[in-house]
Amino acid sequence: MSAQPILRLANIESCYGPITAIRGISLDLMQGQIVAVLGANGAGKTSILKTISGVLDPLKGTIEFEGRKIQSMEPDKVVRLGISHVPEGREMFPFLSVRDNLRMGAFIRNDQKEIAADIEKMFNYFPVLRERQDQVAGQLSGGQQQMLAISRALMSRPKVLLLDEPSLGLSPLLVKEIFAIIRRLNAEEGVSILLVEQNARMALDTAHYGYVLEVGRVVMHDTCANLVKSDQVREFYLGLHGQGDHGKRR
Amino acid sequence: MLDFVQQVIGGIALGCVYGLIALGFVLIYKATEVVNFAQGEIMMLGAFLSFTFIATLGLNYWFAFLLCVISMAILGAVMERLVVRPILGYPQFSIVMATIGLGLVIRSLVGIIWGTDDLRIETPFTGGVVRVGSLVLAQDSLSIIVATGLLCVILYAFFRFTRVGIAMQATSQNMLAAYYMGIPVKRMFSLIWSLSAIVACCAGILLAPITFIHANLGFLGIKAFPAAVLGGFGSIPGALAGGITIGIVESLSGFYLPEGFKDVAAYVVLLAVLLWRPQGLFGSNALKKV
Repeated sequence: MSAQPILRLANIESCYGPITAIRGISLDLMQGQIVAVLGANGAGKTSILKTISGVLDPLKGTIEFEGRKIQSMEPDKVVRLGISHVPEGREMFPFLSVRDNLRMGAFIRNDQKEIAADIEKMFNYFPVLRERQDQVAGQLSGGQQQMLAISRALMSRPKVLLLDEPSLGLSPLLVKEIFAIIRRLNAEEGVSILLVEQNARMALDTAHYGYVLEVGRVVMHDTCANLVKSDQVREFYLGLHGQGDHGKRR
Repeated sequence: MLDFVQQVIGGIALGCVYGLIALGFVLIYKATEVVNFAQGEIMMLGAFLSFTFIATLGLNYWFAFLLCVISMAILGAVMERLVVRPILGYPQFSIVMATIGLGLVIRSLVGIIWGTDDLRIETPFTGGVVRVGSLVLAQDSLSIIVATGLLCVILYAFFRFTRVGIAMQATSQNMLAAYYMGIPVKRMFSLIWSLSAIVACCAGILLAPITFIHANLGFLGIKAFPAAVLGGFGSIPGALAGGITIGIVESLSGFYLPEGFKDVAAYVVLLAVLLWRPQGLFGSNALKKV
């Protein structure tokens, strides 16, 4: 594993109007790694991703992508640099066909032939999308929409993929399937992935490194192998018995 | 019977103009959820520009048409940039008020620049007629119907097949996702205003030969509004169908019913249809997820 962070957040602070969502977060995503961000509802996980992709402007702090500062950049420029976001809740274009949704994923590209080849590649990852390519996205099931959301984000050929709750609302079997593909994408395409997830078990099994968030702060970070062994993570995120000191002052 | 057919065709022609203005309402509404009450005035501006190019400068009709379309496309984007963009994100009401204000400004400017007299333009169709059996149809009216049909085909192809057209649809269906795809959403808004100004401008130029060009032409927008609602606000085929329905009803009620009915006919039809189908003729019941 190369030690160069492709994406580095330093002391990022973001808010929605008067509500502070994240309070000084620093985080590194190494080239070629999968990094998981764990935490309960409202811990600020989604806000981190939104701040990276430029939908939310940070109050303070810097975001460096390949050594270049990108905080407060317009979202379309961030995509052009090579960061693609799979939003929470999938956010389809409900009345466009599956194929057109994928084409929109490649909006920033102009190489028609390559785009067609990439659409084929996505259909190989998710064969069910090939069968449904002419249907409008709104008619797909939740799982199929999640597959479409991931492939649509990959159509821009990103170097970094931001994945927000890919397991949301899916059956356990589908969750396994999606995570297997996330691992494949990381291994085969070499795309670095920042994964936000409530399903801690799945996330820790998949990622290389993990950050644990509580009310907008990083309270713990370590390799996933170590996090799984930690008492706090075992008790509060995996539901196993351990000797965590949740609620006490840190 | 002959009268009836003639009235219907005249109604369809007028209805096409309503439909095109309504289309302008719908395009902007679908993409940005803003109702642009200046649509009628933008149409009027297109008509006045055509007067300048055709009557004052004496340019060829088709060349002038093209010039008008180009100028209005630019003006549409400028209006979006100056009037709507700065208040985007503020309550709907502010934006609606701003578009009403924009309409007033355009109306006054038109009065200052072109005066308040009634103006006319000559087109290649003026005075020409087409005879089908004993039916006599004005070429002016037919040109409106043909041009509207043509414009619809072009718009359909644009939205269905071009990258920018699909991106416009995508932006109107899910703005957040459009941002995540790298679609420059704000530039799309400008483009949609351009497009809707182009459509309005075509309506204005087509309408100019059958009415006079005057500073109150913009009030036609108020008749086109029920057309858009009738079709189910947000539906592009609905806007045209609504416009044509209102055109026909108006034309027939002007011919068969006592004086005065013509002006309220559009609203009577609108009320009747909304009682029967609250979502409009082509509207869908599905609520848009925001």
